[in-house]
Amino acid sequence: MHYSALRILKEGLTGNKGWKPVWREPEPKAEYDVIIIGGGGHGLATAYYLAKEYGITNVAVLEKSWIGSGNVGRNTTIIRSNYLLPGNEPFYELSLKLWEGLEQDFNYNAMVSQRSILNLLHSDAQRDAFIRRGNAMFLAGADAEFATADQLRAELPFLDFDNARFPIKGGLFQRRGGTVRHDAVAWGYARGADRRGVDIIQNCEVTGFDIENGVCRGVQTSRGPIRARKVAMCVAGSSGRVAAMAGLRLPIESHVLQAFVTEGLKPVIPGVITFGAGHFYVSQSDKGGLVFGGDLDGYNSYASRGNLPVVEDVAEGGMAIMPIIGRARLLRSWGGIMDMSMDGSPYIDKTSVGGLYFNGGWCYGGFKATPGSGLCYAHLIAKDTYHPVATELRLDRFRRGHMIDEKGQGNQPNLH
Amino acid sequence: MSQINRITGGLVDRSRTMNFTFNGKSMQGYAGDTLASALLANGQVLVGRSFKYHRPRGILTDGSEEPNALVELRSGAAQEPNTRATVTELFDGLTAASQNHRGSLENDFMAITDLASPFLSAGFYYKTFMWPAAFWEKVYEPIIRKSAGLGRLSMQEDPDTYDKGFLHCDLLVIGAGPAGLSAALAAARSGARVILADEDFAPGGRLNSETYAVDGMSGTDWATQAVAELTSMDNVRLMTRTTVYGAYDHGIYGALERCTDHLPGAGGKPRQVLWRIYSKRAVLAAGATERPIAFGNNDRPGIMLASAVRTYVNRFGVAPGKRVAVLTNNDDGWRTAHDLVAKGIAVTAVIDTRNGPAPLEVAGARHIRGAGVVDTAGRRALSRITLTDGQMIDTDCLAVSGGWNPAVHLTCHQQGRPVWNEQISAFVPGNILPAGMVVAGAANGALSLGAALTAGRDAANAQLSDLGFTAPDTAAPTAEDEGFSCEPKWHIPSGKKRAWVDFQNDVTVKDIRLSHREGFKSVEHLKRYTTTGMATDQGKTSNMSALAIMSECTGKSIPETGTTIFRPPYTPVPIGALAGRSRGKDFRPYRLTPSHEWATRHGATFVEVGNWLRAQWFVKGNENGWRDSVDREVLNTRNSVGICDVTTLGKIDIQGKDAAEFLNKVYANAFAKLAVGRVRYGIMLREDGICYDDGTTARMSENHFVMTTTTANAVLVFRRMEFARQCLFPEMDVHLISTTDAWAQFAVAGPNARKLLSKIVDADSQDMSNEAFPFMACGEVTVCGGTPGRLFRISFSGELAYEIAVPARYGNSLIEALMKAGEEFGACPYGTEALGVMRIEKGHAAGNELDGRTTAHMLGMGGMVSKKKDSIGKILSQRPDMNRDDAERLVGFRPVDRSQKLIAGSHFLTKGDEATMANDQGWMTSVAWSPSLNHSVGLGFIKSGHTRMGEIVRAVSPVHNTEMDVEIVSAHFIDPEGERLRA
Amino acid sequence: MIINHPLLGPRDVAEFIYLGDACLIDRPDWEADDAAEAFHEYGYLRDNIAGPMQELWYHEQGDRSWLVVTRDTLTHEITNVEMARDVARARGRSK
Repeated sequence: MHYSALRILKEGLTGNKGWKPVWREPEPKAEYDVIIIGGGGHGLATAYYLAKEYGITNVAVLEKSWIGSGNVGRNTTIIRSNYLLPGNEPFYELSLKLWEGLEQDFNYNAMVSQRSILNLLHSDAQRDAFIRRGNAMFLAGADAEFATADQLRAELPFLDFDNARFPIKGGLFQRRGGTVRHDAVAWGYARGADRRGVDIIQNCEVTGFDIENGVCRGVQTSRGPIRARKVAMCVAGSSGRVAAMAGLRLPIESHVLQAFVTEGLKPVIPGVITFGAGHFYVSQSDKGGLVFGGDLDGYNSYASRGNLPVVEDVAEGGMAIMPIIGRARLLRSWGGIMDMSMDGSPYIDKTSVGGLYFNGGWCYGGFKATPGSGLCYAHLIAKDTYHPVATELRLDRFRRGHMIDEKGQGNQPNLH
Repeated sequence: MSQINRITGGLVDRSRTMNFTFNGKSMQGYAGDTLASALLANGQVLVGRSFKYHRPRGILTDGSEEPNALVELRSGAAQEPNTRATVTELFDGLTAASQNHRGSLENDFMAITDLASPFLSAGFYYKTFMWPAAFWEKVYEPIIRKSAGLGRLSMQEDPDTYDKGFLHCDLLVIGAGPAGLSAALAAARSGARVILADEDFAPGGRLNSETYAVDGMSGTDWATQAVAELTSMDNVRLMTRTTVYGAYDHGIYGALERCTDHLPGAGGKPRQVLWRIYSKRAVLAAGATERPIAFGNNDRPGIMLASAVRTYVNRFGVAPGKRVAVLTNNDDGWRTAHDLVAKGIAVTAVIDTRNGPAPLEVAGARHIRGAGVVDTAGRRALSRITLTDGQMIDTDCLAVSGGWNPAVHLTCHQQGRPVWNEQISAFVPGNILPAGMVVAGAANGALSLGAALTAGRDAANAQLSDLGFTAPDTAAPTAEDEGFSCEPKWHIPSGKKRAWVDFQNDVTVKDIRLSHREGFKSVEHLKRYTTTGMATDQGKTSNMSALAIMSECTGKSIPETGTTIFRPPYTPVPIGALAGRSRGKDFRPYRLTPSHEWATRHGATFVEVGNWLRAQWFVKGNENGWRDSVDREVLNTRNSVGICDVTTLGKIDIQGKDAAEFLNKVYANAFAKLAVGRVRYGIMLREDGICYDDGTTARMSENHFVMTTTTANAVLVFRRMEFARQCLFPEMDVHLISTTDAWAQFAVAGPNARKLLSKIVDADSQDMSNEAFPFMACGEVTVCGGTPGRLFRISFSGELAYEIAVPARYGNSLIEALMKAGEEFGACPYGTEALGVMRIEKGHAAGNELDGRTTAHMLGMGGMVSKKKDSIGKILSQRPDMNRDDAERLVGFRPVDRSQKLIAGSHFLTKGDEATMANDQGWMTSVAWSPSLNHSVGLGFIKSGHTRMGEIVRAVSPVHNTEMDVEIVSAHFIDPEGERLRA
Repeated sequence: MIINHPLLGPRDVAEFIYLGDACLIDRPDWEADDAAEAFHEYGYLRDNIAGPMQELWYHEQGDRSWLVVTRDTLTHEITNVEMARDVARARGRSK
C-alpha cells in the first residue's frame, strides 16, 4: 500500500477502514539466506538494504520483543555527521546523505528535520579542536560552519551569554544535522523490508547458535531452530550476551544512558544544541517536548534505568546554558543499554566464526548511524567485503593499534 | 458573577477570600481552594483546548492526573506553562490563562482541525507530507510545530531559586491518605524515624473528599487528629506539598517540595526544594486513580470523574453542575449521586452499565441499569446526554466512574511490572518491587477504607519489625469495609461518534482500532503510534483503557496483551528544581590561585581553566587589546624576567622505599636512577600506550619525590597512580599525597631570573650559582628569611627559569616579595597567554598536542619509552599501527608569507593535492604570534614531518574559507640548542 | 546507589568514580612470550557480565581507596565490598 496525501483523503472519507498492516506476521521458515538477530533500527535497516540494494530477500529479522524496542525506540533522535577522524567521518556523512533521501526512498515520513546541530565551545583549546573537526568534515564532503559568540548571540539570544560560569566563546554548526522521529525509522524500514519479502518475526528470541566446525549454520530460538547461510548479530546493548552464546568475547561494555523529555511547549529552540563545558544536549520535538540528555551514569548496567546524580547533573548543564528552561518540567526519563566500545567507535565486521557477522559498539551514537550501518552491514553480509566507508570499523583494530578514538579517552568505555 | 456554584460545607476557609483572574476575568475563591475548584465555583466550565483537535475541554479530575485543565500560571518571567489547575493552590492575586488556542479560548481558530479529524487519524503524518521533498521542512513541519506544544515558556530566565537537600529515615511513607496516615502512626509510635510525604497541601487523601466515618468521627476529623499526633512527635517529619516522584536504587527516593507555589511570590525564599530521601524502608500508599469510560463525545466540558465530583462537593463546597447525571460501572458512582443529593444538588439519573438492583436509593434520580451513554451535546459545555436506547437527558454535568487504577507508578521504577487483578479489574503491583518497599491500601488494590487503614498499619509494622523496632499493639482505626466490585466497561459502542481515551493527546477508540488494524498491537507500539499516554499526565487516566480496548481488538485477555508501566517522575519536575543552585556563575565552584587577589589588583584578565581561574594576561598602562599585553609579557620575560603563577599544575608527593621503582612503573621513561637533587622530565602513558600527560618529577631525597602534572590531568594522574599503587603493585612501599592545593608555586623566567631569586632565596639555604644549582636541579630552600620552600630549575618558556614553591598560605606574600625584588629588573607578571606563546616558540607539547590520541612516536619521543623495564602502557604502545613510518609527527610551521596568521585547526595538504580526507596530511595544533620573531608560528602534526623539513605545504581551513602556504620547520623556534635555559 | 565502604560505612555513589571490571587488577606479565596478545585482551576484551559482577570503584571524594564492589548489573544490588588492595594481594599481585 503506497502512502500519500491522496490515500489519506480516500481512507478518511471511508472511515479509515482500508488501511493494511504495516508489516506481515509470518511464521518463521525453516531456513533463510540471512538471519538478522535484532529488530531494532540497525537490524531492520540492514534487512531493508539487503533486499533493496543487494537483492537478497530471503531474510528473517528475529526480534525477541517488539520491533524498535531497543535504542531506536528510546533515544534523543539526533542525526549529524560532525566527526573528526577518517575512520568515522565518511561513514557518518554517508549515513546523513541517506537520511536526506530516506522518506522518499522508503515512502514513510520519518520526519527527517535538518534543524541544525550546534556544539558550543567555551575555551580556546576547544575552539582549535572544533575548527580542526569542522575542517575534517569539509574534507569529507560534509558541511560545517564556525560561529563566533556574537553570531550566536544574534541567532540564539536565549543562551546565557552574560552570566555563565563557562562563557560561550563560539560554536560549530552543522546545519544539515537535526532530528528524526525515531520510532518511525524502525517502522519505515520494517515496512520497506517487509514489502520486499523480508520476514519480520517478533517475539522470537535467539537462545543459541548452531556452530558446526567453526561455521555458523543457524540459530536456536524461542520458536524453534532456524537454519541460515549467514547469521548477522545486530543487538546493541545485548551484544555481549548474544555473542557469548557463540563463544565470543567482545570489546564492548554495556552501560546505562538516561534521556529526558519535558512537557509539550510552544517552540523554544530551533535546532540541536550541545553544551561544551558540561553534560547537556537538547532539541525540541515536533510535539513540543524538549528532548535532552547528558552523560552515561558511568557504571556497567543492563537495568535500563539510571540514578539521580546524573539527572541532576544534566539539569544543571541545561540551566547553565539556557536558564529559560527552569520552569519547563521534566515529564519522563528513561534509560537505555548502550553498547559502549573501547574507543567510542562502532564495529561492522565478520567474526572468527564463519558465516557469523557482528554489528555493534555504537555507544550512544547509534541512532544517527542507522541508515549507514544498515547499508554497510548489508554490503558486508552480501559481498563479504567492507563497504568503502566502513573499512576501519573492524574488531581487530585494537590488536593493530588502530583506534578510532574521537574523544581521546582510551580504552575506557564509560568515558566515550 | 461571584461563586455561583459555591455551596455549603467543605474545607475551604470562607473568611479568607482570594481574588484571582482567569483569562483576564476577575474571580474570587477561598483559602483552601484549588484553582480548579475556584473556577468551578465561578461557573467556569470551559478551561482549555485539547492538543490536536483543539476541542473545548473542562476539568476532568481533582488531582495531578488532570489531562485537560492546564493553564499558564502567573505572568512575566514567572510564567509557568502546563500547570494543572487541579493541584494549584489558590492564592490572592493568582493569574492564570488557558493555553493552546489561537484567538480566544471560546473561539479557537484552530478548532477547524476537528473538522478535518477523519484525515488526522493516528499516525497520519507518517503517511504524507513527503511530496515535494523540500516541503516537509519548509512548509509542513513549521506549521505543525507552531500548532503543537501546549503552554509557552516566558523565554526569560527563571527568576526563582531552588534548593536541594538530603533526608534520612527508617521509614518513608508515600501518601498521607488513610493507608499512609495509618502506616505513619504505627511507625511513629514505635519510635522509628518517619517521613510522611503527600503531594496535596491538606493531608488526608480521599478522607477529605468522602463522607466516610473513621473511629466514629468524620474522616477529615480523624485525619486532622492523626496529623496533630504526628506533628507533635520529634521522630516524624510530615511533608505536605511534597511529591515523591521517583524510586531509585538502594532505598533512595527523589521528592519535590513546593515551598512557595501557594504564595503570591517566593519572597526571596527557595521556590521548591528537591529532596533526596535515603530510606531504610518505604511504604507506598499512593492511593488510586479513577478511570473514565469512553463513549461518544465523552470529552465535553462538564464530563468529570465521579470521584472528582465528590471532591468538589465534599471538600471544596462547590457544585460542578446543577443537574448532574452519573455514569458508572461500580458502586462508587452511586456514592457520588448520594453525596450530591445530600448537598441538595439535583441528580437527574444514575446510569449503571451493570444489570441488577441499585445498591442504594438516590432521591429524585432515575435509576437506569444495563445502559450507557453513547453521545453528548453542548458546544462549550455539556447540555445533554444520549443513552444507549436513544433517550436523551438534559444535564450540565456527567460524573463518570469506570473503576480505579491503583497508583502503581513507583513500583515500576525499578523494572517492576504490575499484574492483573481480576477482582477489581485493574493492575496492581507485581512481585518485584524496589528494594525495601511495600505497598499498602488502594495502591495495592485494597479499595475499601477499612482495608486501607488496616493495610497501612500492618505494612508499617512489618517493615519496622524487620528493622528491629517494636510496634505498640494498637488496633487499626475502624471504618466502613465494603468490598469494591466493578464490572469492567472500557468503552460504550457509540456508532460513528468519537470516544476519547487519551483526552489531552486526542486519542480515540477508533485510533486504537486503527493501530491494531495496521499491526501496531504491542502495548508499546500502540502507545508510540497513537501517542496514548504520552501527554503531560503520562496516561494516568488513559493507559489502562487503551490497553483494554486493544485486548478487545486482539481477542486476547488483558494480561496477555500486556501491562502498563511507568517511568520516573511520577509527576513532572521543573528543570530548575533539578538543577538547584548550580546555575549561572554557581554552575561549578571556582578554584582560585594563591595570587588571585594580587592579580585582580594588578590588571589581570582571568580565564577558566577547568574549575580554576587563571590570570590570562595583565593589562598595563593604556595597552590596547590583549595582544599588546601578551607581546609585552613575552618580550619582558625573554629580555629580563617574568613571573607566572603555576600553582594549578598538579603536584603529587611520592614517598616510600619503593617510590623510585613505582615511578619507573608509571612513567614510560626511566626514573629509578634519578639522582637526589635532580629533576627529570617524564612522559606518562595510559595502559593503551597513548601519551596522556607529561611533567617533571624531582627527587628531593632518596625516598621522596615530588611530581608535577598538567593542570588538566592533575586529578586523573593521581587517580591512576592510586590504581597502580593499590591494585597493580599492592606490595610496594609507596604512598601518595595530592599536594596541588598545599603549595603555591611560581615560575620565574628570563635572563634575570637568577638575580631576582637570589634576593628571595635565603643565601644560607641554597647556593644559586649555575654550578651549584644547574638546569634540572631541585632542592629544599628557605625564602625571605626562613620560610620553607622548594626550588626547581625547570623551564617551560625556554629561558633560564625556576619554579619556586612555598606553603599555599604564603603564596600571596611570595608574589608580593617576588615583584618587589624584581622591580630593579623590570619584572612583570605574565599570564597563561604569554605562557602559551613561549611554549609554542619553544616547541613544547601541551594540551592541544596531547589530545588523548598522541603516541610518544608522534611526539618524536618514541625512544623515551624504556625497553628495559615494565611501565604502564609500554606493551600496547608497541602495536604496529602506532609506530608507522608515515605517522603524523610533531613539527613547527611558519607562513611562507610572514605577514599571514596561522590558524590552529587547519589541515595540511601536499601542494597540488585535492582537498579530500584521503589526502589529509595532518593538522595544526597550536599557533601563536611570536613577538620574538615577529611572525606567526605554529605547531602541528604532519605525516612523516621530521623528514620533510623545509617543504612547503598548504594549510587549509575551509570553515574560514581560507588557505595559505606554510613551511615545515623545527618546532624549536627559539634557542634550539637550549643555551638559554642552561645559562 | 549506596556503597558500603569497608572502612567508612555506607557512602553515596556520587563520591565514587567507576573504572570497570575488576579483571583490570589482573595485569599481564610484560615479559611473557604472549605479552602483546595478553595485553590486548586485558586492555580491550570484556566479559560484560549480565548479573553479579566484580568491579572497581574509586572513592575519589573520600579516602581514595580503590574498592572491589560486587554488584548485579541487572538489578544494581550490591552484595559485597572489599578493599581492592586486599583483592589484589589475594590474587597474587605484589610489586
